[in-house]
Order: sequence, then structure tokens, then C-alpha cells
Amino acid sequence: MRVRVALFVLAVAAVAAFPLGAGPYPVKLLQEILIFGIFALSLDLLMGYAGMVSFGHSAFFGIGAYTAALTLVKWPGLTTALLVPAAAAAVGALVIGFFSIRVSGVYFIMLTLAFSQMFHAVAFQNSFLGAEDGLVGVPRPDVLGLSIGTLGRFHAYLLVIVGLLALFVWRVTRSPFGHVLRGIHENEARMQAVGYPVGRYKLAAFVLAGTVAGVAGALYTQFQGSVSPDAFLWTTSGQALLMVIIGGTGTLGGAFLGAAAFILLQSLVSSYTERWMLILGLTFVLLVLFAPGGIVGTLRGRVGLRA
Amino acid sequence: MPADLFAQVLNGLAYGFLLFLLSVGLTLIFGMLDVVNLAHGSYYMLGAYAGLTVIAVAGNFWLALLVAPLAVAVVGAAVERSCLRPLYRRGPLDQVLLTFGLIYVFEDLVKGIWGGRIRSIPTPDLFASSVNLWGAVIPSYRLFVIAFGLAMAVALWLLIERTRLGAIIRAGVFDAEMSAGMGINVSRVFTLVFAFGAGLAGLSGVIAGPIQSAYPPMGASILIPALIVVVVGGLGSLKGSLAGSLVIGQAETFGKVWLPGASMVIIYVVMALILLFRPQGLFGRALK
Repeated sequence: MRVRVALFVLAVAAVAAFPLGAGPYPVKLLQEILIFGIFALSLDLLMGYAGMVSFGHSAFFGIGAYTAALTLVKWPGLTTALLVPAAAAAVGALVIGFFSIRVSGVYFIMLTLAFSQMFHAVAFQNSFLGAEDGLVGVPRPDVLGLSIGTLGRFHAYLLVIVGLLALFVWRVTRSPFGHVLRGIHENEARMQAVGYPVGRYKLAAFVLAGTVAGVAGALYTQFQGSVSPDAFLWTTSGQALLMVIIGGTGTLGGAFLGAAAFILLQSLVSSYTERWMLILGLTFVLLVLFAPGGIVGTLRGRVGLRA
Repeated sequence: MPADLFAQVLNGLAYGFLLFLLSVGLTLIFGMLDVVNLAHGSYYMLGAYAGLTVIAVAGNFWLALLVAPLAVAVVGAAVERSCLRPLYRRGPLDQVLLTFGLIYVFEDLVKGIWGGRIRSIPTPDLFASSVNLWGAVIPSYRLFVIAFGLAMAVALWLLIERTRLGAIIRAGVFDAEMSAGMGINVSRVFTLVFAFGAGLAGLSGVIAGPIQSAYPPMGASILIPALIVVVVGGLGSLKGSLAGSLVIGQAETFGKVWLPGASMVIIYVVMALILLFRPQGLFGRALK
């Protein structure tokens, strides 16, 4: 426990101090890692704890991203930057979840995937949403009367939001609710028999994860100043899944490690060779084959750190 | 029936049979191996590019239609043996992720070997013209695709329902563990089914070449309609794959004509409607 708190504080301090000693490009990479880390974290809550593997998590990332883009242009502020996108993603997750949780396993994977693609199709063809090009020129909100247009201030803003969200999700997994989710993961039939309304718990987990993913999407819009239909694309969901797996499923912290590994690998390999997709793909194939526990799982095995 | 409506129905049929050739492998692989093969679109892409090469070398479309699927089947068998085999004992997630990684690998390999630009497989001379059917002008190649797809559907049905190998495959789809217990070499059948499915995907890639042209992300973009076909038809069902293909083929074609602004959404709406009333798909086994 103490080790965990120390690690968390250390990580936050390192991330906070990073812009002091690094150029703008590494800082931007780190910001991207934070955003995709929290996105992967929300997926880890769903698959690592509730045992629901969704291949459509990009739906909520996209809903959050587009809602932020649409509302920030008209009313820039923290409400439109965070709360409205979160609420929109929650509603989206409630609807998709209502249909999807009736099935499980591979059917759940396919159904969530298809739903997210439906959103992609809408965003891709709807001129109100900017069609193929998406929405550009999205302003960042002012926070406490301060502009967060500069790299350093945006970094601080991002760190606070992502840190709070991570703590929140961590708290949820340690709550009675989180324990019920783990119980469902372990043995759904038994939880049902004991009297838990399993369906309602699963839906709640789905909505919670979707909401956090929505905030991640909203942050991404503010990071980029724009949003494109790619946010909804099923490969975005696939990347989040890879991040969770690389980091280690059901570890929360692994989500950030996985996001870091993915984004750094992508930027590193692509700066050396045009064939970066090949190397990235091969890396994932090898990781799935030989390191099923992910980074955290492998480390635990080596160092003997307990879960 | 008005002529252009008739032409659209035929277009939808051609697209539907294309989807059928693709989704049949997907559904059999799922039914038998319990693997959602996200890289299935990659075999479609590999088929198209292998076909391009055969045509460039030998100058014969029909030879490409024979050789390219065989080459893709060999690739499929290699992938099953080397990558998927170690994962059968783990959950479905690892296989999904592995095949997701393979999409990147194959797409980049194709870019490296054949380049990234859009290329088209020339229509074979025999079907280069158009025919006039009841006032509608139809490219004769579309008619060939329909006839070929229909013939393949019948052949597949005979293979699966009327041969010993088909009985083994059906048994494996129903309960792989039990078939192994009955003395069937399930692992060899797994490789065979995977290679066969990959080969069919390659075949549909060659067939699609003259209609849709070849470009590296083609595999990732055809995968979603194919998955929808499988979900709509019912996982693991041959009949379902045929019915689903034809429904989705018509839905997408008519969506493009009647609702050009929302054509991409149509197939999802159709899927959602079907799943609302039949969660297991049109011909799927009832869910537990």
C-alpha cells in the first residue's frame, strides 16, 4: 500500500516537473500519453475489473471529443470542457450498454464494435459534425480566470484532471461496488445467485467507464484544438485495448504504462523507418504471445511485487 | 420493375456474394476455433495483391483466381500454426488482440511490397462488356460475380453437409472438445479450416479487384461489414452467413442510392433491428 502511494506521488511529481527540463515535443508526447492513459484506464476498469471486453470504447471517446468541440466553440468554459462531454458520453454509454450487456464474450465484443462504428459513420457523413474533416479551431477554456493556451499551463491543467480521474477510478475499484464487479468477473452466475442485480452492476460499470472515456476524448479535443471522425474509429478502441494489455489488465497503473509504451514506440519507430506499422504490429503479436501479463504482470513476476 | 431499381438489386447481389465469400471463412473460423479473426480482412487484401502479381506475371485473371487464394491459404495456415495455436488455452481476448496486431503487420507488408497507391485489377476480357437486361445496363462482370458466388455457396453447402470432412467440421463447430474425444485430429482440422477461410477471403479479394480496386487499408475497411454479416446471420452458421450477406449487400447498395447522406449508417441500423428481435442472429444458435 505504502509502496503504491509512493509510486503514485513520484509519478505525479515526475510528470509535473517534466516540462521544466524537456523541449516542447517530448512534453506534447507526455500529454498525449496522459490523455490516452486515462482513456485506457477507463477501459481497464471495464475489462480488468468487470470482465467486460469492449471493442467499442472509442464511441465514448468520440462522443466526448465531439461534444467538447461543439460546445467549446460557442461557450468556452470548464463546464463545456469537461462536464457536458462527460454527461453526453454517459448518456451514450447508457444506451449502448442497455443493448450490449444482454450478451457477453465475443458477442459483446462484436456488438460494441458495431455500435462505435455506427457513430463513426454518422460523424463521417454529417456536415454538422464537419464530415470527413471533423471540427477544427476549437478554443481551450479559461481555468480560474487563467488562459491555458500555453504548453506549461495546459500541462498543469491536464495533470490535475487526469490525476483526479485516476484517483477516482482507483477509489471505485476499492469500493464495495468495485468488489461486486470483481465478483461478477470471477463468477457471474454465483453473484446472481447470491442476489446481486448483476445486469444493473454491469450497466453501471459500462456507464462509468464510458463517462471517463468521454472526458478523455474532451481532453484530446482541447489538446489538439480539433477532432476528426478517427476518434470514433474502431482502431482507436483497438489501440486502447492494446495499451491495457501491454500495461497489464486489471492493474490501472498499467494503463498509463501501456499508453506510454504505445505512443513512445510509435513516435520512436516512425522517426527511424517508414515501416513503423510493421514493427508496431510485430511487437504486439510478440507481446500477446510471450508476455500475457503485460508490463506490470511481468514486473510483478520478476520483482515479486504482490497485487 | 423499373430498370435502375433492377440494376441496383443486381449490384447489391454482387456485393452480397462478395461479402458471403469473405464472411463464410470468418464464421467457420469462429464456430470451430472460437477465434474472432480481426485479420480476416487482411487475407482479402493479400488475395487482391497476390492476384495483381499473378496477372502482372502471367497476364491471366483466371490463373490469379486459382493461385492467389492458394497462396493466401498457405499464409493462413502458417499464421494459425505459429501464432494462434499457442493461444487456444487462453481467453478470446488474446486472439482478438493478436489478430489486431496482425492487421498492422499485413497492411505494412503490403505497402512495402506493392506500394501504397490504389491499383485496379483489370476486368477479365470475357466479362469486360455490359449486357442489357430488361432495359438495365449491367456490367457482365457483376453477373459473373453473382453466378460465381452462387456456385460457391452450393459447393460449400455440399462440402459441409454432404462430405465426411464437412461432418467433421460441423462436429467441431458444435463441440470441438467432444470431437477430439471421438478420435478426430481436431488440431489438423483447425489448421485446415483456418487456411480454408483465409483462402476464401483471398478469393474474394481477387474477385473484388475489378470492382473495388486494391489499396492497403482495404482489409481493415471490409472487415466491419463482414463482421456485421456474421453477427446478423448468426455466428458459426453457413446459412446465416449467406442470408446476412445478401441482406447487408442490399441494405448498403440501396442506402447509397436512397440516403446518400446516411448510407454508411444503414447497415448498422439493419443490424441493430435484427439483433433487437433475434439477439443470436438470423440462423444462430440460441444464446445461453
